Amino acid sequence: MRVILRVLGCLAAPSLACAGLACADDDVIQRSELMLRRSFSSATPEQWSTRLGQDSTQALCSQYRNRPQQQVGAQIAADARSSMRYPESGQLLGDWRQGARLASIGAGGQIGTIEPDRPDTPRGGNCYACHALAATEVAAGTLGPSLTHYGRRQGTSSESVRSVYQRIYNAQAFTPCSVMPRFGHNGWLTPNEIADIVAYLLDPASPVNK
Amino acid sequence: MSKACRHLVRWACVAFTSGLMVSAAAQDDHAVREIQRYRQMLQEANPAELSELRGEDLWRSLRGRNHVSLERCDLGLGPGRLEGAYSRLPRYFADTGKVQDAESRLVTCMMTIQGMTLEEATRDWHSPNSDMEALVTYVAGLSKGYAIDVPLSHPEEARMVAAGEELFFRRSGPLDFGCSSCHSMPGRRIRLQELPNFLDSGSARGAMTQWPAYRVSQGAVWTMERRLIDCIRQMRWPQPEYLSDVVIALEMYLQRQANGGVMQAPGMKR
Repeated sequence: MRVILRVLGCLAAPSLACAGLACADDDVIQRSELMLRRSFSSATPEQWSTRLGQDSTQALCSQYRNRPQQQVGAQIAADARSSMRYPESGQLLGDWRQGARLASIGAGGQIGTIEPDRPDTPRGGNCYACHALAATEVAAGTLGPSLTHYGRRQGTSSESVRSVYQRIYNAQAFTPCSVMPRFGHNGWLTPNEIADIVAYLLDPASPVNK
Repeated sequence: MSKACRHLVRWACVAFTSGLMVSAAAQDDHAVREIQRYRQMLQEANPAELSELRGEDLWRSLRGRNHVSLERCDLGLGPGRLEGAYSRLPRYFADTGKVQDAESRLVTCMMTIQGMTLEEATRDWHSPNSDMEALVTYVAGLSKGYAIDVPLSHPEEARMVAAGEELFFRRSGPLDFGCSSCHSMPGRRIRLQELPNFLDSGSARGAMTQWPAYRVSQGAVWTMERRLIDCIRQMRWPQPEYLSDVVIALEMYLQRQANGGVMQAPGMKR
């Protein structure tokens, strides 16, 4: 449904705003969205709404090739700020040991007939795919900045804890169209799980800060 | 076949000794360099050669309801002309009215020339040692030394590349992923795996000239469609249909970005 809306939206408002910028042409968007419909013909309506359809942030970041104009970026960041939810306990600094576990889990949520995950496969943040964290783990990716000794730099003041929580919950509040998944906003991780990862990053006892 | 066996034994020895070296080296900063060296050593005895031989057999065998070979199959350069054909795919084919890649074109030939059903032609396409894997490896191997030259002469070809570019940047799903999330920045890695940056022609060439490739972690040759459909799985999207336009459009955009790169497939990958 959202896909169709995106196509109509583009037709209704020709993207003059895109002139001279790296961004998609309405005809091309329309054609590729129709192509998507035909090529994912066995996807269920539920999969269309949760995995292929786009919310406005995804549609804008796609259209602007992850480099939104200032105004567009400001809107994305504002949406992200209003999306924030926190643990019911109010405790944003959780258990770093649980966070360590979540930081390493890269499976879960993969579907299809070829190599799907079991539906009960635990999901994690897969932080090491993109970030260096504990100095002892050499198999760390470089898509994101190194976070080794992050807590030593940031400290554990309430502002620091809150800001790190928000970055994991929805990084686009700080960097519109960041490639980092919106873990909290998308419901991939719970608020409590995010608090555990915050602790993994900031707790002085965590291996990240050793 | 004796050549193939010799290669297999050599490969097994290299894999064993290099494996020891890698596990020792993984402790330090030389891990990435060691993996590159391992890959280079394996390249000298690529198990994909077995697939190439089997693919050649399949190409020449009388198969299907019509009991004929594929030797009259037109992969874009005329019936039976395979040298360099893979390097100029995907392209538009007037007889089907579609832009096709090596895989979808082979299926067309199996159906129209050999009289197979779609089901027969694509049976087990994603399983190790499938007929499709062998045929594509054979065909791609005959483009070794040819520069990638994706045509944009037909309007449908231009439309396909444009759609592929749009799809490359398209983000959706519970992790907000698109191809561009991992493949639009220079010199990045997931864990220790280096990622091609498809916005850079040098990096795109480095990647695309190697496919189809033998994947050590899978113990099988993967075609480009197999590779892309697996990326899409990891993005947490649903599975697109095999041979569908989304897959071919993405493949064509990536191949177009790699234009001018000299084909070296079948390659060797993690």
